[in-house]
Amino acid sequence: MNAIQSDLYAALPEIIILCMAMFVLLLDLFLKSHNRSLIYIFTQLGLAAAAVVTACTHNVSVVSYAFNGMFVDDPLSDVLKLMMYLTTSVMLVYTRQYVSLRDMFRGEYFALTLFALLGMMIMVSGQHFLTLYMGLELLSLCLYALVAMDRDNPRATEAAMKYFVLGALSSGMLLYGMSMLYGVTGTLDVAEVANALLQGAPDRSVLVLGVVFLIAGLGFKLGAVPFQMWVPDVYHGAPTAVTLFIGSVTKLAAFAFMIRLLIQGLYVLAIDWQGMLAIMAVLSILIGNITAIAQTNLKRMLAYSTISHVGYLLYGFMSAGTNGYVSAMFYIMAYVLMTLGGFGIMLLLSRKGFEADNLEDLKGLNQRSPWYAFLMLIIMFSMAGVPPTLGFYAKFAVLQAALQAGFVGLVIFAVVMAAIGGFYYLRVVKLMYFDEPLDNTPIKAPIDMKVLLSLNALLLLALGMFPQRLMDICAYAITHSFQ
Amino acid sequence: MNFNDYVFYVLAAILLFAGLRVITSRNPVHAALHLVLAFFTAAGIWLLLEAEFLAIALVLVYVGAVMVLFLFVVMMLDINLDKLREGFWEALPIALPVGILMTLEMVMILGSKHFGVDRVAAPTPHPAGYSNTAELGRQLYTDYLLPFELASVVLLVAIVAAIALTLRDRKDSKFIDPAEQVKVKRADRIRMVSMPADVEIPAAAETEGKDKA
Repeated sequence: MNAIQSDLYAALPEIIILCMAMFVLLLDLFLKSHNRSLIYIFTQLGLAAAAVVTACTHNVSVVSYAFNGMFVDDPLSDVLKLMMYLTTSVMLVYTRQYVSLRDMFRGEYFALTLFALLGMMIMVSGQHFLTLYMGLELLSLCLYALVAMDRDNPRATEAAMKYFVLGALSSGMLLYGMSMLYGVTGTLDVAEVANALLQGAPDRSVLVLGVVFLIAGLGFKLGAVPFQMWVPDVYHGAPTAVTLFIGSVTKLAAFAFMIRLLIQGLYVLAIDWQGMLAIMAVLSILIGNITAIAQTNLKRMLAYSTISHVGYLLYGFMSAGTNGYVSAMFYIMAYVLMTLGGFGIMLLLSRKGFEADNLEDLKGLNQRSPWYAFLMLIIMFSMAGVPPTLGFYAKFAVLQAALQAGFVGLVIFAVVMAAIGGFYYLRVVKLMYFDEPLDNTPIKAPIDMKVLLSLNALLLLALGMFPQRLMDICAYAITHSFQ
Repeated sequence: MNFNDYVFYVLAAILLFAGLRVITSRNPVHAALHLVLAFFTAAGIWLLLEAEFLAIALVLVYVGAVMVLFLFVVMMLDINLDKLREGFWEALPIALPVGILMTLEMVMILGSKHFGVDRVAAPTPHPAGYSNTAELGRQLYTDYLLPFELASVVLLVAIVAAIALTLRDRKDSKFIDPAEQVKVKRADRIRMVSMPADVEIPAAAETEGKDKA
């Protein structure tokens, strides 16, 4: 009995989110359409409750296992989960007006978001290939449905279909890789796999083939070149609210997934996956940055920008040292904040029957609203990696870690590509400040969204000047989670 | 070779044949029926492995429910297979070498060198009265409790997603929301149409007037 209690205690935040998701589903049935905002309030309350529980049950630098070692509650998972609640909550604030104007303000939207969050939390805390995979599937299934949520939009349906087919394929690859690892090591437990590998598993070639499949599956999920085909289409086709979700919060889960699989499980094979990650990183930066220049659609541009950001993230991983993981975690946090802001501005400019998803729609934003133009300026500078912003420091940390690991040529290449990538971010700034506006519709948004969006962008500036605090948190999470 | 081996080879041969027919037959109904056969023989092989519960579940779930549903779908949708096969011969010159190469590579690694029979100890047969089902249940509710519960959440999400994506309000409902009616604007009901002024009649009247004069 006691064992079960401690198991449930470790998974308390997950249980809260699960209960809230089901409660929201039921509540939706009994609500008239004019007080639907109750669902929104309850969803936010659920997130807040989970955050409080996660923070309160956080034991400083204690790693506790539950459910026969399938689930882990360590500083890394706590920090990432708190970040997830925060970003999901901010995302709900940003998208509230957007979804209510598009007939998506239904219980399912909120319930699926919470279920997706649950899947991500499982991915963050999974310590067994089976648990990790179940979390991933839970997340993916919710995302497919959310992308297709705008049912009468053929583009959204097409995007959901593409996402579904490629997602299923990549899940298959992941499973295939996992099954090969199981074939050699005889276990699915991450820690036991690591142990078996440490003692010298006999079939090296099978292991490497398994790692190839794992990396391919991970590459699909992350959207790294050469597995990036779905990213622009899904970003473009999905409703902007969902694109924001896919682009920001899920990347935190993908980061944790890679930490659990590659570093906690397969660290012994680092020499093998380092090379594969390096190829993916270089190609992602190259293709992401070059293709983004040719885009006229803001969502597609940000999709290619995501691909290049994933490349920089992989730079942190391929250095295969604590410094590298800390900088990668810092990078993913910075990336999530930037993406929230970027899509937030896009949601702000959208209104009923109008999607502000073309670059042209940003023309003359300075004349329409100097403040939002300034916020977008900060966000774009941060994405490009211009010095006083957070994006600069994130890139700097990742590249420094790669430099320490001895990848001099690759780092020089990344710096050159960052300069080239600056072009398309700065083009957005040029459109906002030096062009005439195409339409002068006043920008209307709820006050909470305006305040949060301003805070979000200013945070990029503040954290860019004082990054040490965030860096310390990342370092704490990484160093205290690995034995 | 003992009796078990013969049964295995017969079942394996049927399974291979059925699997091949699934992808080669021109008629989708035939393909689905061969898939049923494939599942059935696979269940037989599982029985040989002393996995009775899985074998029965495979027959009940896949043959009994999934494939029947699938057959319904196949029969209701008019699928034109020739259209699906379009471009087969054009893709073949590239697809065939790539496929063969991949198979060879995988055989090299996944072959008997690493996964041969001699690499794995032969399983000891279970004593009489050993219940596969009870053992599976015990595993699911103790060691694998978390993934098991997560699987149930995944199924719930599948139901929610399917309903969210397909259920619409009834089209024949005559219910009217007074609040919506009050909110109606002029622009929602009246459409202003700009029509060109008719200029021919006064012109005709003018000419008539001129004639009279």
